Amino acid sequence: MRRKSALAAAATAALAMVLSACGGGGGTPQQPAQSASGGAAQPAFNASLTGVYNPSTKKGGTIKAAHSSDWDSLDPADTYYGYSFNFGRLYWRTLTTYKTGPGPDGNQVVPDLAEGLGEPSPDGKTWTYKLRAGLKFEDGTPITAKDVAYAVARSYDKETFPHGPSYLNELLAWPKDFKGVYKTPDVDYKSAVEATDDTTVVFHLVKPFASMDYIVQMPMTAPVPKDKDTGAKYREHVISSGPYKFETNETGKRFTLVRNDQWDASTDPNRPALPDKWEVQLNVNADDLDNQLMSGSIQLDIPGTGMQPAALGKVLPDPALKARTDNPTIQRLWYISVIPDNKPLDNVECRKAVMFAADRVANQTAYGGPVAGGEIATNVMPPGIVGQEKFDLYQTPENKGDVEKAKQALAACGQPNGFETTMTFRADRPREKALAEAMQQALSKAGIKLTLKGFPASSYFSDYAGNVDYVKKNGIGLATHGWGSDWPDGYGFMQAIVDSRTIRPAGNYNLSVKNAEVDKLIDQAAGELDATARAKLWVDVDKKVMEDASILPVVWAKALLMRGQGVTNIAYNEGQQMYDYVLLGAE
Amino acid sequence: MLTYIIRRLIGALAMLIVVSMVTFGIFFVVPQWAGATPEALASRYVGRAATPETVHLVAERLGFYDPVVVQYGRFVKGIFTGAQYDYGAGVEQCPAPCFGYSFISGQPVWPDLVDRMPVTFSLAIGAAILWVLGGVAIGVLSALRRGSFFDRLSMGTALAGVSLPIFFTGMVSLVIFSYGLGWTPPGGAYTPLAENPALWAYDLLLPWITLAFLFAATYARLTRAGMLETMGEDYIRTARAKGLKEREVIVKHGLRAALTPILTLFGIDFGLLIGGAVLTETTYTLPGLGQYAILAIRNQDLPQVMGVVLVAALFVVVASLVVDLLYAVVDPRVRLS
Amino acid sequence: MSFLEVKDLKIHFPTDDGLVKSVDGLTFDLERGKTLGIVGESGSGKSVTSLGILGLHKGGRARISGEIWLDGEELNGASAEHVRGLRGKKMAMIFQDPLSSMHPYYTVGHQIIEAYRIHNDVSKQVARKHAIDMLGRVGIPEPARRVDSYPHEFSGGMRQRAMIAMALSCDPELLIADEPTTALDVTVQAQILDLMVDLQREFNSALIIITHDLGVVAELSDDILVMYGGKCIEYGPADSIFYRPEHPYTWGLLGSMPRLDREPTERLLPIKGSPPSLINVPPGCAFHPRCPYAERTQGKAETEVPALTETEGGHLVRCHMSRDERRGLWENEIKPVLETQ
Repeated sequence: MRRKSALAAAATAALAMVLSACGGGGGTPQQPAQSASGGAAQPAFNASLTGVYNPSTKKGGTIKAAHSSDWDSLDPADTYYGYSFNFGRLYWRTLTTYKTGPGPDGNQVVPDLAEGLGEPSPDGKTWTYKLRAGLKFEDGTPITAKDVAYAVARSYDKETFPHGPSYLNELLAWPKDFKGVYKTPDVDYKSAVEATDDTTVVFHLVKPFASMDYIVQMPMTAPVPKDKDTGAKYREHVISSGPYKFETNETGKRFTLVRNDQWDASTDPNRPALPDKWEVQLNVNADDLDNQLMSGSIQLDIPGTGMQPAALGKVLPDPALKARTDNPTIQRLWYISVIPDNKPLDNVECRKAVMFAADRVANQTAYGGPVAGGEIATNVMPPGIVGQEKFDLYQTPENKGDVEKAKQALAACGQPNGFETTMTFRADRPREKALAEAMQQALSKAGIKLTLKGFPASSYFSDYAGNVDYVKKNGIGLATHGWGSDWPDGYGFMQAIVDSRTIRPAGNYNLSVKNAEVDKLIDQAAGELDATARAKLWVDVDKKVMEDASILPVVWAKALLMRGQGVTNIAYNEGQQMYDYVLLGAE
Repeated sequence: MLTYIIRRLIGALAMLIVVSMVTFGIFFVVPQWAGATPEALASRYVGRAATPETVHLVAERLGFYDPVVVQYGRFVKGIFTGAQYDYGAGVEQCPAPCFGYSFISGQPVWPDLVDRMPVTFSLAIGAAILWVLGGVAIGVLSALRRGSFFDRLSMGTALAGVSLPIFFTGMVSLVIFSYGLGWTPPGGAYTPLAENPALWAYDLLLPWITLAFLFAATYARLTRAGMLETMGEDYIRTARAKGLKEREVIVKHGLRAALTPILTLFGIDFGLLIGGAVLTETTYTLPGLGQYAILAIRNQDLPQVMGVVLVAALFVVVASLVVDLLYAVVDPRVRLS
Repeated sequence: MSFLEVKDLKIHFPTDDGLVKSVDGLTFDLERGKTLGIVGESGSGKSVTSLGILGLHKGGRARISGEIWLDGEELNGASAEHVRGLRGKKMAMIFQDPLSSMHPYYTVGHQIIEAYRIHNDVSKQVARKHAIDMLGRVGIPEPARRVDSYPHEFSGGMRQRAMIAMALSCDPELLIADEPTTALDVTVQAQILDLMVDLQREFNSALIIITHDLGVVAELSDDILVMYGGKCIEYGPADSIFYRPEHPYTWGLLGSMPRLDREPTERLLPIKGSPPSLINVPPGCAFHPRCPYAERTQGKAETEVPALTETEGGHLVRCHMSRDERRGLWENEIKPVLETQ
């Protein structure tokens, strides 16, 4: 059992039993609001991590939500934020989705538009999904497999939809001359995705791939009616396949969702669809948003990445406010790339010296401590990833660093007197600045001298720490980074930051892990259809990376989330890594 | 007079061109000095972990492979003749003045600017009325009761007003008056004037006061200093010797002269403000030009940055022109020269 | 009772450095149609006196005592508002520097119209006609056009004429002119003085001319009052003061009179030293540190304040020397020097 067991103890035993009884990943319709027993409405810290807080089946009312910034896009083909995937399920439906509700089961995918999970061919290269009956768009036209296949095909056009994930671009066997549904409207894309009849969608992959059910929970599979598709302008009015549709949409300011009367609850086991209306305000001042969340004039913080430092100081010491919060560990790792491009860090022993010299406690403090920052990370994969194993190759007393071991490693590296290198961080992020300073201090004890360089976040990856040439020319040895999981398995978390074949000239999150053995293990794991064996292989990848000493893990991030006032049915979902937005209701 | 105005307008146009070139330069040329490639620029406008193909397509679509001069020319041409926008499923005509389409949201910039102007205007006008009336009144009273308790209190408050940043006073007033006492609406409230004038004023009350507090402080101090100076002038003695009532001496003779430098300041302040009250709009989440500017810069959204910078620069240029013309109206001595 | 009677007027200003006795016990009177010249160096208290008569120190920091009777009405004890009502109407003032004394932002006409309408309930059109009329009477050519000019568009002499027009717009019975010609060319000075006298005759008003230049007032005044250190040191009929002055300070003033036939810097009997500080007025006779004859008083000049005593028909002098001593000095030493021209 993972560390969630400790949290589970806080919830009622009955609730935990009900939830675990729901496990198994089948398409069993469930209504968490009904399964939860009363009494949970008593505010308590971490109340919605393991149970549904304030359960209700009451329909009606409005939920007032706010976002401190703006969506990348409301178009299902053009969005790549966790909150967007989560919130989007109010107006779209995908082939699969995370099982709604609290607890570890939230990591599992369950069917949504599909009747059941995907059927892989024995070679793992063909996946087939069968659609439910009675599905309709908001205008009343039936949703067919063709609409799903078309949505997948349109998402291929990265010129029109540059924000969305490109997993399907790389996984599916697209025709050579296919440039997207707009530029090459006559090219048949059935070699990649096809509707073999009105209810059957078939994906053809270029290589065996086991995590397909996780991929198709992403919004690229949300159906789009071809005759309503307006390309880059579709974001202005997305045609709903879910329980709500757009009433108004003022770009950059606000939008509202109202009930979609064509959505049939009997086709949808996952969404109770309680409120009548959702009002979303955009670009709200982040500190004011926290204040409004506390006072009740805003009920939901859309990004769900936690409260601002200013609010933490107010919430944590106040028992009444703290009781309204949850403090989950999210599937995000804050880490430092130890880049082997420049001497002497090309030598693994010198990288190990950095591992040993780092003061993990000071690093955790830099990130905000155990509540606001996160748990000290000892390896790459965070808890919460299916099959994750916690291990520590570079143990030091009380996690505070070991100068002796660091010096031994330096000697083995041929640098007994230490060396000098440069560390980059995002200058507009105080935590990263504090981390860089903590590293500078800790490493200096072992004789490693760091020069710190801060850069603006907006061009950090494009021009500086993620730019291959810049890093090589400027002798960058260490760089602060963060990575969140796309879905809770090894591939979803690790592939983007440890596969050397994803490195491109600019915009990289990973410039340090360049290990052929790691790449080989990744391919092996990705194609392994047996879940247990697959999970084991990803742990091997994790270990290989840590042996390579090219990633120094800092913390597995935690967020402090606040439950909105007057909101019912609040549960933290492990798959979404935030409150499960489709469950929420208004008092 | 007419030639003067024409000369000033030509100067204003030249300044707008310089502003646009500098903004463009900061955006493209400076990163190039740092070694940024077109792909590096484009990687700001893609989703996370985008493939090199995606970045290449976006760089191509945004025209980053063309020389900067060509890109600048295209931008300027769009303002005068309009442009075409390919949204995948079709091509849209963007009529002049076309400030291009957002690199992020794909929305045309000009309608956004037009849409946001009323918010900023509302904020600026209401605050301006408050701060001019309040600041000048306090300044006059302080000057007349120099050294009194009122003078010390108001000048102390004025000092606080000048020193405290809006994101602080704004946030504190929200916490007290909106979330504590419930007298004012929460941040983000805005109702267009045409929709409901009473609600418009109610929603903007706190932002007005916060913004006016900052400016009123400056104006109170300036008015006080100006009044102390003019009330010692010989013509004030003359006015009194004529038997004029003291109130008229103060307002018609004293204040009239003291207001001239304030008018200049006001013109520039107001011009800057209608180009975007950045801090107030961000603090109170008001969808005006200032918020737009901050979001555009945060997202490095060049067309939006260019649009909002040019509109703001235009306002400042026009405001300073209006001030110069008004100056001649206010001070007859200026007219000769 | 005279038209204007000032009795023992004291105007003191408390400051951080001490009490400033700008005017310290001044007494004089003036009839309608007559002219009084008040003469003294800057800082002697003459301007403060005139502003005091107009009641312009009221409500300020000044401590005022004594009596000011105008046309049978006591003004020092009257309310500020009442005195304001008299200002501009019953008594008016012409200031020294017409450029700084007229408001730069309003037209000359506007400022005259304003002055007229404060005390006369008439329409703007009527007041404007009156203003044009007044500008014509003070000798401004094309008054109907110049009425819309701003002060800075006038020459210095024109401005002073406009100032006079403004002061006279309500037919004041008492007119105080504070250094009315100082800022002007010598040729223009004479024109302005002539104008004032003509107008005074026409309106039959009482006129006070304040100046540091005895020559300005010598011919125009009926009476002359010489001030020094806030006090009157010599006062009497103009002829008597001018032809038989008895105070050494007055001799000095006569000797430093600029004349058309001399270089203005050339002085026959310069007064050495500078005017006294009004906070620390020298003990005894305030003039004694500068007086060439102080030693003749056997030390009284340093200790005793001389009294203001009559020497002949209404001629008062404040000096420790005896009348004969003073007359002897004047006839034998001073007059011959002054007449060398």
